[in-house]
Amino acid sequence: MNIINIEHIAKIYQVGFEEVHALRDVSLRIDKNEYLAIMGPSGSGKSTLMNMLGCLDTPTTGIYDFKGQSVSQMTDNELAKIRNKEIGFVFQTFNLLARSDALHNVELPLIYAGVSYSERREKARKALIDVGLEDRIHHKPNELSGGQRQRVAVARALVSDPSIILADEPTGNLDSKTGEEIMMLFHELHEKGNTIILVTHEEYIAAHAGRIIRLKDGLVESDVEVENRYVPNSV
Amino acid sequence: MRNFLLEMKEGLFISFRALRANKIRAALTMLGIFIGITVVVLMSTAIKGIDNSFQKGISALGSDVLYIDKWAWFTNTDWWLMRNRKNIEMKEFNKFKQMAKLPLAVAPVMSSRQTVKFGEKRVESVFLNGSNSDYVKTTNFTFSQGRFYSEIESNSSRQVAVIGSEIANTLFPRGDAMDKIIKIGGKNYKVVGVLDEQGSIILGPFNPDNQVFVPIGTIFKNFKARHHGTITINVRAQNPGLVEETKAEAEGVMRQIRGLKHDEENDFSINQQEGLMDNYNSVVGVIQIAGLFITGLSLFVGAIGIMNIMFVSVKERTKEIGLRKAIGAKKRAILAQFLLESSAICLVGGLVGLLAAALLSMMINQFIPTSVQMDAAIIAIVVSLITGLVSGFAPAYTAAKLDPVESLRYE
Repeated sequence: MNIINIEHIAKIYQVGFEEVHALRDVSLRIDKNEYLAIMGPSGSGKSTLMNMLGCLDTPTTGIYDFKGQSVSQMTDNELAKIRNKEIGFVFQTFNLLARSDALHNVELPLIYAGVSYSERREKARKALIDVGLEDRIHHKPNELSGGQRQRVAVARALVSDPSIILADEPTGNLDSKTGEEIMMLFHELHEKGNTIILVTHEEYIAAHAGRIIRLKDGLVESDVEVENRYVPNSV
Repeated sequence: MRNFLLEMKEGLFISFRALRANKIRAALTMLGIFIGITVVVLMSTAIKGIDNSFQKGISALGSDVLYIDKWAWFTNTDWWLMRNRKNIEMKEFNKFKQMAKLPLAVAPVMSSRQTVKFGEKRVESVFLNGSNSDYVKTTNFTFSQGRFYSEIESNSSRQVAVIGSEIANTLFPRGDAMDKIIKIGGKNYKVVGVLDEQGSIILGPFNPDNQVFVPIGTIFKNFKARHHGTITINVRAQNPGLVEETKAEAEGVMRQIRGLKHDEENDFSINQQEGLMDNYNSVVGVIQIAGLFITGLSLFVGAIGIMNIMFVSVKERTKEIGLRKAIGAKKRAILAQFLLESSAICLVGGLVGLLAAALLSMMINQFIPTSVQMDAAIIAIVVSLITGLVSGFAPAYTAAKLDPVESLRYE
């Protein structure tokens, strides 16, 4: 089933008097349960594309349909709602609330979704158990290791049961062993039927995905299925 | 709606957490609001206290009483023109009493400042008023002890005196004033009555509790003629509705007594409590507004402090705002979060300020009658909330319209 359908989108930023074409002409379809990696050097438009896919930004021209809804036309509040319900973000720098414990960090999207206290506590607890943090539920970020923090972030991305999980350099701030653990987690999530989009510039991270899109100068340079993708071993 | 409540709850939760994380900063910011609310509440209660005591004092004068006097209380006429007026004399009063039909009661009053002694104790600058027994009918006096002097005592110019509460308290702290002999100007007077407290007027030297009343004939008898100034004729209308008619009649009668031609101006004035009220309101009203304005400024400075610190807070938490937006916080949720934070600061500051004002007003109450009333308390709380909302709005709005992409990238 088709989740994302992008046709000829472009994004132009006005920087001073100069127009910057961050994306020139990109078309893309993403199906349910795909495991996709977006790659490209800096300046290739990969961050811009990620912001589009994550509904953080809208294209200047072109069509972006998310499950049949036209994102290009949406207001800020509609975008917020679709981010809340359909997209789970995982960031390179984790972006956890420093003063809140793991449970509160994870339940945050549910608060903005209007889920009742008992229900969201239950869901947040379950998401933390799913990422293997059942004994760290009431720890604050500064009491957790880098890998554990990223697990909290993944739990937060999962908790509202989104259509896609969008991970921007999820292992960028982790050592390779911990990074591998996180990639294992993504692998498991994919196995369970989630749709995952990785944005990375590391080949060995991208190698986990089933499909790799390479961007260059705001255009899709290549879009290939990976024949024998790398499956991480349980650690 | 449920969404909104949840967001509010989250906002409240976050704001208290943020305040706790920056305790000193929050405390310093609150201090501004605390001082502002304290002084505004104190000022308004002091104004109210003064107002109340004035109203109480002035009502002792009675709204239906006219005072025919050589001097106008409030006028643009030059004082030397009034000085050249003839004194009002007893014989004019007697004529007036015969001719005026409308009044309920008329009484002549001759006042001077005297010292009142009892044994070693003395009160200086007392208003010594000579009048007749009808005087009490032109007032709303009530007595804590005894009575006003009688018609017989008045007509036969006896050495009797009715004293105000303040004098009674000073000379007879044990409350045993009745039938005691006090000395005024070297003569003895027997106390026949003590007035209830009338409430002191803060304006001017006139203090209704600092008066002594004796028969007017006694004054003429005991004080040499050169001490005799003008008398005032107090005229009480039968009811407040008849004040204007009574005043018109009094003016006519006085002109007739004085033999004024139709083109001559009055050589006397008819004063009323109303004039005192107007004057009070115009003078004190300005002072009140100025006082509230100046104290309001300190609240304003506090509000600027809040706004400043909220801008800092928004800047510091740009990344957090970006994250919240990315995971689905709408503009209004971010707006509410920061508005709640600034309101919480102001509310806590305001409540502490209110408490301080209540305690301080208890102390000030020793000098000026003040007490923090319920309405002042409610206004203080509402004002501090509004201050929080108003000063927090610009920073909160800035936060709400931050671009999520930019804010997530902010370091």
